[in-house]
Formats: sequence, C-alpha cells, structure tokens
Amino acid sequence: METSRRNFLKISGVCALGLTALPVADVFGESDLPKAIKNPQALTGQHWAMVVDMKKCWEKGKEGCKDCILACHAVHNVPDIGSIKEEIKWIWTNHYENVFPGQENEYNVKNLEGRPFIALCNHCTNPPCVRVCPTQATFKRPEDGIVMMDFHRCIGCRYCMAGCPYGARSFNWRDPRPFIKTELNMRFPTRERGVVEKCNFCAERLAEGLLPACVEACKVGALSFGDLADPNSVVRKLLASHFTMRRKPELGTQPNVYYIV
Amino acid sequence: MKIYDARYVLIGLAIFVGLFTIPFWYNMGRAVPPPDPKLDTPVIQQMAVKQCVLPLAEIRTGHMQLLNDWRTWVVRDGLRTYVAADGKTYNMSLQNTCMDCHSNKTQFCDQCHIYAGLEAGTVPYCWTCHIAPKENQ
Repeated sequence: METSRRNFLKISGVCALGLTALPVADVFGESDLPKAIKNPQALTGQHWAMVVDMKKCWEKGKEGCKDCILACHAVHNVPDIGSIKEEIKWIWTNHYENVFPGQENEYNVKNLEGRPFIALCNHCTNPPCVRVCPTQATFKRPEDGIVMMDFHRCIGCRYCMAGCPYGARSFNWRDPRPFIKTELNMRFPTRERGVVEKCNFCAERLAEGLLPACVEACKVGALSFGDLADPNSVVRKLLASHFTMRRKPELGTQPNVYYIV
Repeated sequence: MKIYDARYVLIGLAIFVGLFTIPFWYNMGRAVPPPDPKLDTPVIQQMAVKQCVLPLAEIRTGHMQLLNDWRTWVVRDGLRTYVAADGKTYNMSLQNTCMDCHSNKTQFCDQCHIYAGLEAGTVPYCWTCHIAPKENQ
C-alpha cells in the first residue's frame, strides 16, 4: 500500500488525538465522591504544641507519679524490655541537667535535685530526624506539624536516632511483643523488630477528636496541648502568661514542647 | 547428524528431565482443596446487607491495592475516613475496620494466602505489627 507523506501525517494526527481520549474519559467517568476524607470529628490545628508545667507536676502531683507515662505506653503498646540499653520510650523523665544541658549551675542543680522533668518528642519545626531519614519513613505532616513515623517504610538504619538531639527515638532490637507488660490495646498496632519508634503526639487520637493520652491522664493538668496558630488556644495563653523554656534552643530545631519551670 | 556418546547424553537428559519435573510427579493425582474463606463471623451474620467496602469482584482482586491506598491516605496524608462508591463511610484501618467484620483471620485471610503459596503468617507481613483478632479456637 502506498501513501503520501501528507496522508501519513493526517492519520498520525488523528491517532495522536485518539490517544488523548482515554485520560479525558477517565476524568469524566470517575464518580465525584472523594475517596478519602478527614474524620469529621477530628481535632484540627495548624501547629500542634505542648506546654509542660513542671511546677504543677511537682507541687500538685503525687511523689513519683507516672500517670502520663503509663497512659501513653499502655495506649501505644510500648514494651518494657527491662534493660536500659534496649529501653523503648515515648515519654519519660530525666534530670534537669540532662533535659536542659548547658543551663545548669551549681545552685539550680541543687535546687532541682531529684525533681523529674518530663521529656518527649519535641515535634520540632525544623526536625533533624526528618532531614536524615533516607526513606522518608519519618516526615513532618504539612497540615499540623506532627513529626510522624511510617513504620511500613522504616528500614531500621537509625540515622534519625543519631540525628535527634533529644534522645526521643528508640530502636526495637528484638520483637517487642513478648515485652508488652500492659494489657494489649487491640485498637493500635505494635511495632516489629528492626524499626525505630517515638511519640506521635497521639495522631490517631486527634483524628478521633481526643486529646493526647498523656494530657488526658495527668490529674493535675500539668500537660497542655493545643494549636500555636490559634491565639485563643490553651498553649498560646500559657505561653503569653508564663516564662517558658525549650530544650537545646541553640541547635535551631525549634522544639514545640515548652516548659514552665 | 551424529551425537557423540549418544547413550550417556540421552541417559543424562532423561535423568535431568525426571529430576526437573519431580514436583509434578510428586503431586500427581493429589487434588489440593480449593480455598474456602469463611464469612460466618458474628458481625457479618448480623448485617442486613452483606456488603464489603468494595463489590466482591473488586475486593477479591484488588484488596492489596486498597490496603496500600488506605495506608498512604492514613499514615502519610492524615485522611482516615473512606467514602465508598455508595457514599457509606468507613474508618480506614486494617486492624479495626477490616478485622471487625472478618474476625476470623485463620478462616478468612489465611485460606487463600496459604493456597496461593504465601507463607502463613509471614507473607504478607501485616501481622508482625498489626494485632490479629483473638479467635475462639
């Protein structure tokens, strides 16, 4: 069969036009229902933050109270391995000189001796863990600033643990399931051997309209959670009326956990 | 055409073919029972309309794709509610939503996965982290 160059070009043009028909049909053929939406009852914020009132914790709380830690670790199926080297923690206590290194002097250290400071992931505005993660298993949620873990993607390289200046991340050196001493929370997964874990600001509870488990568990109201972008939020009010500190501000990570001491 | 050492070559070939096809000989005449996923859980039995998130044909062939999408939407995009084609909404969660109805993992998931030659409990490795429902056994 012979054809002129002109005819060949005409037929090619029509064919190319035909190829565009499928994507167009796909767009119009799809239902107008959105497939995935936010939970309607979810708490929404643009910049979640926490204020830890250590004064309230010490003055009103019972000696050795660990309500916040126990609540968090029970809700998230955090194991108790029983050795400091393999410890897994989402929220914990530490001494002043470890929580605020460089800010100690011989007098305040003495004053604060034996006083526990609550520590957790700071959900930094400029998180070093996110920068170093090679698989983007840990990432900062653009909508509310929570530094999340996608355990499906974590390859266990522990760069994030080296990157985090606050020791907020723990590695599962072994299968954590046999070490979960609390009753298993059947609504939340466990982790497996070889992944890193940390506090997620209770993203799964916020999605159901609940405050983080630690905030809810504290009977003296020492922990407050809210949206920094909202001038009427609890945290903004506390920050406006109190002098607050953040951990290692000199590193430029911009932590979102504030301390009243 | 002449094959050098034809006897040895042919005997060797016969032995090779025999060994290579051992799986077929081994399983010959043995019928593997087809998978029989059970839908008789209490929650499903109480449903007026027994309808999954997707129509049967789609969920059967595409549940892995659906779970993959759910994971991306929930973990990475922070969207937790799925709107089905009929407008019904579901909380996107393998451990909670899927397994609330299909509370019989060994009689449901494992049936086909084992038949398809996936190692039971290891592939797909959902259950190293997600907690499988407690079954009355």
